[in-house]
Amino acid sequence: MARRASPEVNAGSMADIAFLLLIFFLVTTTIEKDKGIARQLPPKIEDTPDVIIKQKNLFIVNVNKHDQLLVEEELMDLKDLRQAAIEFIDNGGAPSGSPEFCNFCKGKRSPESSDNPDKAVISVQNDRLTSYKMYIAVQNELVAAYNFLRDRESERLYGWKYTQMKKAIDEGDITDEKRVESIQEKLQTVQDLIPLKLSEAEPKKSGS
Amino acid sequence: MSKFKKKKSGEIPAVNTASLPDIVFMLLFFFMVVTVLRDSQLLVQQKLPKGDQVEKLKKDRSVFIYAGKPGAGYEKFGKEAKIQIGDKFTDVSNIKFALEELRRKLRPELQDKVMVALKVDEETNTGLVTDIKQELRDLNLLKLIYITTPGNQLEN
Repeated sequence: MARRASPEVNAGSMADIAFLLLIFFLVTTTIEKDKGIARQLPPKIEDTPDVIIKQKNLFIVNVNKHDQLLVEEELMDLKDLRQAAIEFIDNGGAPSGSPEFCNFCKGKRSPESSDNPDKAVISVQNDRLTSYKMYIAVQNELVAAYNFLRDRESERLYGWKYTQMKKAIDEGDITDEKRVESIQEKLQTVQDLIPLKLSEAEPKKSGS
Repeated sequence: MSKFKKKKSGEIPAVNTASLPDIVFMLLFFFMVVTVLRDSQLLVQQKLPKGDQVEKLKKDRSVFIYAGKPGAGYEKFGKEAKIQIGDKFTDVSNIKFALEELRRKLRPELQDKVMVALKVDEETNTGLVTDIKQELRDLNLLKLIYITTPGNQLEN
């Protein structure tokens, strides 16, 4: 059995070398965990046509330099913002029979609030001295309101949650290409149903 | 029979460690693959705001802009929030050149799909962020992502 023609190389220190490298990589590793709120900026066009938006289709969120919220001219806590935004988008105030009628809205259908999710625009106005923390918190809540409604609609139409499916596709959990395509089409349908219409006014000078 | 009896010695045999290097190598390769060496040194404070309605960042097509107060060891640069691109502080008016430089380092087929990742300290004023956004609109870099840490601001 033991036919020793050539002596074997001593591999005893292999483990030590490997450990050394391992420890180096352990120490230098930062596992990437960058995630964030994605946003598309409006393109710069010289003379934009003035679009007239009805007062009732506009939901104005004002943040002052002390990080206080003024929503539709009323002071509001951050924790109530999400619900208020959902109620506004989901209101569906257009009368039934009119072309703007929203047949899936479950809101109060108050004629004072938005006609349908496609018409509803949320406008955020910041002060220059608003803290970035508050700014992100407000954006987060508003996106959450849209995600809540998109989840609801995708569950009604397709039986799965919009946010979960989007995440699965982003992370590459679904490998079948045809399936990915059909899901992406459905995601687009939900997005068209409830488009994210967030407008950001240029911040006022501080103190005004 | 006597052949078998011979082998029985009273001592416990040593554990075979021949597969130890294999295990360690496996771990080593795992860490080598997931490691990203930090490419730029942070000069600014980075306590990112919290958010939970997030999307994943596509790292191969993004350029980073950092902003915040000068961090520990860089107090000599003052207390005002500053913008950092790459390894150095940048003025608002210089963002254009710095970003163009960074963009050229990306893979050519992705250069048109650039996403700007904003890593801004939570104590910064929104005004600075607005200035950055105006510059980005001038540059026609319209996709942007505000990097956050997991969590929700309402919880604390």
